[in-house]
Amino acid sequence: MTEDITEAGPAAVEDDRDGGTPVPTDSVSVALDTVQGDGLAGYNYAYLDEHTKREVRRAMLKAVAIPGHQVPYASRPMPLARGWGTGGIQASLSILGPDDRFKVIDQGADESVNAANIRRLAERTAAVETTTDSTAADVIQTRHRIPEEVLTDDQILVLQVPITDPLRKIDGSDAANRRRHAHANYGKMWVHLYENVVEYGEINIAAAYPVMVAGRYLMSPSPIPRWDTEKLDDADHLSILAAGREARIYAVPPHTDVDPLAFEDREFTVERFPDQACHACGSSDTFLVEVSETAGPEADDGTDDESGTDDAAFETRYACNDTSFCAKRRETPDLPKDHHLDRSGVDWGPATPDHGDGEPRDDLDSEAGASQRGDST
Amino acid sequence: MTLLEAEGLRTVYGEGCSACLDATGPAEGTNQCPHCGSVVACAEADLSVAAGEVLGIVGESGSGKSSLAELLALEHNPDATTGGTVSYGDRPGNLLDVDYQTRHDLRTGEIALVHQHIRDGLTLDFTGGGNVAEKLLSAGWRSYADVRERVEELFAETEIPLDRMDDPTHTYSGGMQRRVQIARALATDPDLIVLDEPTTGLDVSIQARVLDTFRRVQREEGVAAIVVSHDLGVVRLLADRTLVMRHGRVVESGLTDRIMEDPHHNYTQTLINSVL
Repeated sequence: MTEDITEAGPAAVEDDRDGGTPVPTDSVSVALDTVQGDGLAGYNYAYLDEHTKREVRRAMLKAVAIPGHQVPYASRPMPLARGWGTGGIQASLSILGPDDRFKVIDQGADESVNAANIRRLAERTAAVETTTDSTAADVIQTRHRIPEEVLTDDQILVLQVPITDPLRKIDGSDAANRRRHAHANYGKMWVHLYENVVEYGEINIAAAYPVMVAGRYLMSPSPIPRWDTEKLDDADHLSILAAGREARIYAVPPHTDVDPLAFEDREFTVERFPDQACHACGSSDTFLVEVSETAGPEADDGTDDESGTDDAAFETRYACNDTSFCAKRRETPDLPKDHHLDRSGVDWGPATPDHGDGEPRDDLDSEAGASQRGDST
Repeated sequence: MTLLEAEGLRTVYGEGCSACLDATGPAEGTNQCPHCGSVVACAEADLSVAAGEVLGIVGESGSGKSSLAELLALEHNPDATTGGTVSYGDRPGNLLDVDYQTRHDLRTGEIALVHQHIRDGLTLDFTGGGNVAEKLLSAGWRSYADVRERVEELFAETEIPLDRMDDPTHTYSGGMQRRVQIARALATDPDLIVLDEPTTGLDVSIQARVLDTFRRVQREEGVAAIVVSHDLGVVRLLADRTLVMRHGRVVESGLTDRIMEDPHHNYTQTLINSVL
């Protein structure tokens, strides 16, 4: 702590007259010189001051050292409302450097207003290149999804987290829950799952499915669908989960065991979309969402007969949730999810070799539109 | 075989001073230290429980019964200063000094407590079945079918209607909630159950049924129990041996029948004579 201050000391004192001037440090001064132009006057590189970035990075290092443990940090006010990704932004801006390429996903889409704005903030203040291509990004900030394309060991995934503690829905007391985490006392969470099975015959937690990280901490993987949950297990990439409102950061380091809680005889299942494929690219091995839109000309040849009647102005169709991968699939229909790697058959969530329903991979490529992903359970 | 042996158990609320123990007790007629104002809830209590035996603790309100029960059930009370030793089975060392993890393991496995207040023992928003299942799940059961089967078994054993198993516990009647607590306490086949005022707030006929159920199950399972009650009838029905407490001290102990028929201490005599 103290050496940070002395390092920045003299310069800070000199600039004090203007107030609110950036705190220069050696590492960033070069970067600052290159980008100092329009828009950046009065702002530090990557918007946050260096002390904040250090604070956030310190929390991240601690989080990496204790996988799944929620580390408190000094969350700063950001130029948007808490709950809109302020934790994610702080995490991203703290690790971005001028050579990085940045991608932002909001519910699978690069084009949403929030994603575009966060991307623009990083572009302007951190002078990074941005991309919508998951394979080309160094840092990917995301809300509610993990990309369909396999992430590699030189990528960092930053997940925005609205509610950090999976125990909170069972007991509203954070103090009691911290005690439970400290002693790995997760009996109440298991009762919740038990009652779920009693009521619904299965565990029906749609998103933010509770997972055990490295056999020690119970963690909420942020509201990603169950589909994405297994991508965290033994992953090549580092996942940082950051909550701005709750001022907590936690992490899943590469190659960490992540096990969804489930009973031996009521196993963890992912969403399945039997008989459905993306109306745009024909994929049936991606996470699909229902979209309701005006019937287009290609709607009829797109999927099957159960879409709306002729006079319906709107119809419900299925589409890939990950828009950038969907765009790629539209150009190259059978593009594998690990096409950018020099190995194939990479285990990456459902419908990839280790998780599929036993069909050989070639099956996916044949007649994508009509191929049927059977329910594996 | 002695299952649990306790010596010099002490719970003091307040700062405490060197004169506390001498200035309180039945001889002084108070449990509050006149020098420092601390309340000596219980002190100098020695007892032992054999496997399968039922030990009763009676006394008036404020005589230190519940404080003693909490100590024996390893309930940790952050406001109190406690002392004494509890040795348990073949386990070496003082049970009062163990770390959280060991205490938690003991509480989910060997020693169960049925709380005086329902809210301390049950999560009322959970279903009755869920409350019982919690014990099993905490002990590491991971098969839904096994948990379900065991919960049903326990419900049957404690005579709770199976149809109500999946209803929230706050919709249960007082007697059913008691039974759920007993079912929960029995879930992991403990060696010892501590019942703190098992009949509080129940009417006489329900009291009888709850006690009847407990007595039957206790005998069938061969589980040892410590029953704390202000009600002599409860202790007479359940306990093999009895301790009588007053002002935080044990004033008399012996076989229940002997205590009932031939009370020695004059407080015990008063107590027995005041039964309606």
